[in-house]
Amino acid sequence: MTIQILVFLILAAIAIGTAVGMLVSRNAIYAVLFLVSNFITVAVLYLLLGAPFISLAQVTVYAGAIMVLFLFVIMLLGGEKLPVAAGWGKQRWAIIGVAVVVLVEAGLLLVLKGDMSLMLIESAMDAGPASIGMTLFTKYALPFELTSVILLSALVGAIVLTKQDKP
Amino acid sequence: MIWEWLIKSLVLILSLTTGFAYVTLMERVVLARIQVRIGPNRAGPRGILQPIADAIKLIFKEELIPTNADKFMFIVAPVITVIPALVVSAVVPWGPTLTIGNFSTPMGLADINVGVLYIMAITSISVYGITLAGWSSNNKYATLGGLRATAQMISYELALGLAFVGPVMLAGSLSINSIVEAQKTLPFILLQPVAFVIYFTASLAEINRAPFDMPEAEQELTAGYHVEYSGMKFALFFMAEYIKMITVAIIGSSLFLGGYQGPFVDQYPLLGFVYLFLKAFLWLFVIIWIRATLPRIRYDRLMALGWKVLFPIALANVLVTAVVLVLIGG
Amino acid sequence: MVPLIYFIGLSAILFILGVVGVLIRRNAIVAFMSLELMFNAANLLFVSFASYYQSLNGQLFVFFVMIVAAAEVAVGLALMVAIFRSRNSIDIDQEHSLKG
Repeated sequence: MTIQILVFLILAAIAIGTAVGMLVSRNAIYAVLFLVSNFITVAVLYLLLGAPFISLAQVTVYAGAIMVLFLFVIMLLGGEKLPVAAGWGKQRWAIIGVAVVVLVEAGLLLVLKGDMSLMLIESAMDAGPASIGMTLFTKYALPFELTSVILLSALVGAIVLTKQDKP
Repeated sequence: MIWEWLIKSLVLILSLTTGFAYVTLMERVVLARIQVRIGPNRAGPRGILQPIADAIKLIFKEELIPTNADKFMFIVAPVITVIPALVVSAVVPWGPTLTIGNFSTPMGLADINVGVLYIMAITSISVYGITLAGWSSNNKYATLGGLRATAQMISYELALGLAFVGPVMLAGSLSINSIVEAQKTLPFILLQPVAFVIYFTASLAEINRAPFDMPEAEQELTAGYHVEYSGMKFALFFMAEYIKMITVAIIGSSLFLGGYQGPFVDQYPLLGFVYLFLKAFLWLFVIIWIRATLPRIRYDRLMALGWKVLFPIALANVLVTAVVLVLIGG
Repeated sequence: MVPLIYFIGLSAILFILGVVGVLIRRNAIVAFMSLELMFNAANLLFVSFASYYQSLNGQLFVFFVMIVAAAEVAVGLALMVAIFRSRNSIDIDQEHSLKG
């Protein structure tokens, strides 16, 4: 077992642990913090995969902006204390179904396609900010411009939805 | 190899923590002189041992935890606040490559090609500690302070990020080392004065310093998010605030004032450390000077300044810089 | 290096946990966070395959997913604030007044 596999296993354990923690926590603030730890762990996994730009963008956007927004809304609405989860209820079969499908799919992939030969190779590609920027502004220029429209409409939408009429 | 990193990390953390101790002394002395007082002069010659006396006092103080506080979060919040402050300056170089005999090492902990992005990422995480401290105290003043801090830091982060873009475009790199090297002949403050002013203002708001110290306004919020903290836990918040001041000064000096660059720095690499220190010292002095001079801004005006003044100007600055760079074929 | 299948497995587990979260939690905000967890699992898979095929396209796709997720969260949380104002609760089981 190489040191990289060991690092991966530790990070994977943390990621799964924090995800489970988010699901079972009774307090929404703790749920947010578990999810933030999960995102940061996944960001470290991105570093392991040779994607420094995406890794830091993940921390900035997910952990730094999106989750702070969640924290802010939870504090604003005062909804920290959560009711006990309603249990599995009628969704039980849906959960088991999805779980079985995804696990069977992963298993099939393991059996049919890969013994352990599908190894990630040592990253030789240049995933630095310069090459990402070049690809973004040449090959993906149109989608990039479209995202600015999405962001603008989200901005306007959020303001319109939460605006209170002046008395 | 690993020893090199360990030693560099130790140097960084030790200089930040001792720097913190002496910035508190510097702030008290400078404020006293500006207000025509004498300032601390009892502990040691010219009050030089005052930070040590303060530290001993804080260690021996009683640690209070409010009854209805969320105990775990209350204890963890100060730690979450300090760690980002300590790690954010890891990407800033202290000097050119140092050569002793046949051993040579770059002066600086890490030279990564996404340095500026790293700084943005760590600053955006540092909101959590303050917010959680306010929330876990179960005190309305503390919660208000925490919420104000979150809103303020998120708002000013945008202007701060856009101010970074100016030097990044001029140097053509996200690595702080390359940005400092690009300023060998001309510091970027001369080419990017608007970005410099925006960085200075937004960074003051980002570290909650006067005149943007709304989250800890003594008169309205009885000190905001850290009302309920005492002893060592309070000391950690205090430490985070001053370390953030030092970090802002170091990063700002590297981006706009030329970092370690200065006369004769190529011949004597250790001079780089001195230049960076002097620039950061000057920066800290101006921050303290502003605290002694300007009154606190009202909260709605502060948000309006961030969103309606700084943000559009920063955006226009980025646009103009980009157009000029394309026109002169940079 | 780490076998690709490990990353696929981790991504699958995280995705299932996200699905479980959406289905069992009644608080709209926590359900929403589980949705983010699912996004995250998909992103992990994209980056793993980008690394496997030595191609930047996967990483850029993750970049776009992040932007869309940010926009989605802004609108979603604004909706929640609006719902909370009108009925003082964000329990998703009670939001059935739109049923015909």
